[in-house]
This record gives sequence, structure tokens and C-alpha cells, in this order.
Amino acid sequence: MDAISYERATDLTGAVRSGQQPGASFIGGGTNLLDLMKGGVSRPVKLIDITHVGGELDTIATLPDGGLRVGALVRNSDAANHALVRERYPLLSQALLAGASAQLRNMATVGGNLMQRTRCSYFYDTAFAQCNKRQPGSGCAAREGFSRTHAILGASPQCIAVNPSDMSVALAALDAVVRVTGPSGERSIPIGEFHRLPGERPDLDTTLQFGELITAVDLPPSLYSSHAHYVKVRDRASYAFALVSVAAALQMDGHTVKSARIALGGVAHKPWRAHAAEQMLAGHPLTDTNVKNAAAAALRDAQPQRDNRFKIELAQHAIVRAVNQAAGLPGGVA
Amino acid sequence: MSQDHVRDEPDDVAVTSPATASPSSTTTSTTTPPNTSRRRFLQSAAAAATVGAAPQLHAQTQPAAPQPVSPPAPAAAPARPVTLQINGREYTLQLEPRVTLLDALREYAGLMGTKKGCDRGQCGACTVLADGRRINSCLTLAVMHEGEAITTVEGLAQNGALSPLQRAFIEHDAFQCGYCTPGQLCSATALLGEFAAGTVSTVSADVRRRPPQLSDDEIRERMSGNLCRCGAYANIVAAVRAVHGSADAGPAGNA
Repeated sequence: MDAISYERATDLTGAVRSGQQPGASFIGGGTNLLDLMKGGVSRPVKLIDITHVGGELDTIATLPDGGLRVGALVRNSDAANHALVRERYPLLSQALLAGASAQLRNMATVGGNLMQRTRCSYFYDTAFAQCNKRQPGSGCAAREGFSRTHAILGASPQCIAVNPSDMSVALAALDAVVRVTGPSGERSIPIGEFHRLPGERPDLDTTLQFGELITAVDLPPSLYSSHAHYVKVRDRASYAFALVSVAAALQMDGHTVKSARIALGGVAHKPWRAHAAEQMLAGHPLTDTNVKNAAAAALRDAQPQRDNRFKIELAQHAIVRAVNQAAGLPGGVA
Repeated sequence: MSQDHVRDEPDDVAVTSPATASPSSTTTSTTTPPNTSRRRFLQSAAAAATVGAAPQLHAQTQPAAPQPVSPPAPAAAPARPVTLQINGREYTLQLEPRVTLLDALREYAGLMGTKKGCDRGQCGACTVLADGRRINSCLTLAVMHEGEAITTVEGLAQNGALSPLQRAFIEHDAFQCGYCTPGQLCSATALLGEFAAGTVSTVSADVRRRPPQLSDDEIRERMSGNLCRCGAYANIVAAVRAVHGSADAGPAGNA
């Protein structure tokens, strides 16, 4: 790892000020950043340790509207096991618990999870010179490489990488809002606008501006606590990134779907909301045919790479399973 | 918190002690005491073999030798004293900011029990407890842990008596080569505490309810962050199950 300098921020104002230094990077849990630094993929010259900022950033609290504010520094394990998250947002608990290992969840923060970079092996391995995400304009080794784990939706000629987060998929289904503060003050970013599609700038994962720091994630009042389910399909039973994942949340009126929220992981450069599928389910009885048709609609625009055509059918099956589980087995796991 | 981890370590451990560390203190381990465990013997032997050249333990009271970096790093911060509480003892180590907790434990504090496997957060061999929480020491900087109580495998035994999990690992033959074992032990120690606190996992039937029992599926999932290339998993699960099921859980369950 390159030599670095280190500064421990003790309050939010100081953290934001320090974060504007050239070459500075915030560090929270460090589980992704230090990994990237060891591989020479990220090369900050200074780390601003925000883990001692404390205050609101480290707490989970109810909001006046009945929602929940999860501080950016709350560790993934603490968020997943918080009584209010488990009770009102079981989908978020499930997604968090599906990610990484107990050790990593004890380290990783909610804000850091949002900032996770892709696990595309060509991005991670600097022996491959071509990576537009790592080195803009250099090309994309993945397109001609082994593309089994790559995107089937929303990719560009410049980048076919996928976002690796489980948590963010649940947040997308739950219509979370990311709160940030920076040199120009505070602002709120709907989760759907927080992560980007690669387009011409795959080097940019998010819409954060220079120097901005995530302070919290706001969850709207819970509508889906009774009918929500996260399905993760991976190459081994635990401790692996998703090939495909699905967060499904339903409001049911008897056997009829009142409203549906469906988001996919492992298929795109950002958590992928399946709006068309949601609309097909809403207002209709939850029949096998309706669910299958909705799943098909979710993948209608899929454009597979050479090695990942299987993901289209896999994602459809995962949607069917997630929706059925959400409807029938509240909080349950397949 | 650190009170829970204070150990009355015998003096044979190859560590420099805290505030009084002097360059010569790294040689204290060369005296092999009676009742030396195999691990301690190997550790002591290794330390003895390197006295003089001492490439293994970077000087405790001098800045670490400059290391080649490419490209030249701008504004590299020099080593500075970092105080860590490890197994109830205070260590003041001269560390560059980039030194991971794992390297600080092994190469600077001389505690070789914690193992470096992948060094990238994928194997769990480096698992230690920070304020009782299990973490991968390879993916965190030592300087970020000032003020926390770190427990390594060397700190699991109390007054020379192995912890219930350590005894169970031996009893159930829960290792072959042993390289992953320190991480497995620290991880399992935390697991018992986490389960007692009512945490859920991805195999729990309903995240809204406390899992009724620590099933083998729960143990496997909760231990999935610790890989074992020898494949001793079945016996590791048996050891964890045995300690959980016994009244002997003792301090391990609270760590």
C-alpha cells in the first residue's frame, strides 16, 4: 500500500473541511477502500477517519413523519439487528445480513456500503490496463473478457460492471433518501438518483459532488413490513457477491396487490428498480401468471454479455420467488 | 470494557511491554520457560532466531525503515507512537498510518497468533475482537483503533487455562493444519455472544424474531467468514455446538 497521511476527524464540520484537501478520501469501515488501496486501484494520499465523528451519524432514530433515519456511520451489523429496522424494515435487515461476513458487517458502515465500488475483476486487477472505471479512456477489458458476473441492464460500451451492494437494493425498493453534507451545504438525494449508470463516465459511481459526505439514510414510513423479502442467488451459500438478487416489497389487500416495489441487484451499474413489473402487479390479484408476466417485463430490455445470458432467466425466477415469499411468508426466508 | 480482557500473562510471551518498551525488550522471549506450549515455543524460537537481525519485529522505539513505494508517494506521514490495548496490555508502537491492525499485531507487537491469510478480507484468518466485536484485522488501520480493547487468540485463555472453545476445538479435532484456527476461535467466541444477544442471520426464519436455537445452519452461516482449507468445518461446527450447549460457555459467551 502506498504511504498515506491520516487525520482523525472529531466533528462533522471538521470532516467536511478536511475532506476538501487534494487527494483526501474519507474512511469509515475501510473494508472496501483499504482493499482497493492494497491493490493499487484507489490511491488516496490522505485518509480522513470519520469513525469518531459520532452524534447523529452514529445513531438510528425515528423521524417525525414516522420514518427512520439511519446514521451513515452505523455498522451494517448494527443496522441489520436494530429493533426498529428488524420490525419495520425487515427487507433491509435481510439484505444487510445477506452481504459479506459477520466480521465485515461489524466493520462496514451504511455510508460506506453505499460507496462500495464494483467487484468487476478487471477493475480490481491493475494488470489489465483497459478499465474505463479505473482509468478513463483506457477501454473495457471485461467486454472481451469473462463476463459471467457482469451487467445485463443499463450497461454502456464503456463499462459493463455491476454494483455489488445488497443493502442498496433494499434501499432502492424502500424509496430511501440519502442525506449528504458538503462544501455547499446539505442536500437530500433519492436513492434512485444516488447511483449512476455508466454511460460515458463509468469512473463516476454516484452523483455525489466533490467533498460531499453521506450523513444518513432516511427511510419513509414503513408500508411493507408485513410483506417483504430479499432473495440472493450466489455461487456459494454464504459470503459471496450476488449473481442476481431481488428485493420485493408488497402492500396486500387480501389476495390483491395494492402496491409493489421490486429492485434487482447484480444486474446493473446501480440497483435496478423494476418499475414496469411493479405497475403490472399493482391492482391485480397475485396469480402465478401475473407474477411471471411481471418478471418477464422486468427483464424485457436485458442485453446480456457473452457469458451471462443465464442471468435473464435467473433474475426472472428470483423475482417470482421473492414476490411469492413476500406475499406468503412475512419476514421469512426461502 | 478492557477490564474484561485483562489477562495475567506469563512473562514468556514474546512481546514488549508497553510504556517501558526498550529496544532490548524484544529479546525477553528467548528464555524458554517451563510449561511452554508448542505455539509459544515456536514463537519464542522464531524470535530467538531473529534477534540481531530482527527483521520481524520492527523496532518499537524507532521509526520503521522506509519502504520502497512506486510511484513516490506525496506527503507520506512518518511513523508516530500509536497506543493499543491488546489482551489487557498497553502497547505503544511506532506506526505509519498505513500499517494495518493485523501487521501491527504481528510485526510490531510481536503477537504472531493472529494469522495473515489472504490479507484482503476474504478468509477470516486475521479475525480479532475489537471491543468484543469480531473484525478482519487486515482491512483496518491500527491507528483507527487507539482506545479500543483488542483481543487476539493469545488473549482467549485466562490465567493459563484455555477457554471453553479452545478446549472444544481440541476435543472435537476442529483443525488440521491450524492456520485458520486463531481466526476461527476469535470468530466463534464472538458468535456465542452475538447469538446470546439475540442477533439474527441470513438463515434465520424471520428477522423479526430471535432465532429459537443455534442450529447447525446458524453456526455455519455465522462462521462463513472463516475459511478452512483443510475442510475441518464439520468438527468446527461440532465444537461451537458443544460449547453453546454446555453450561461451560463461561466468559466466551460474553466476549
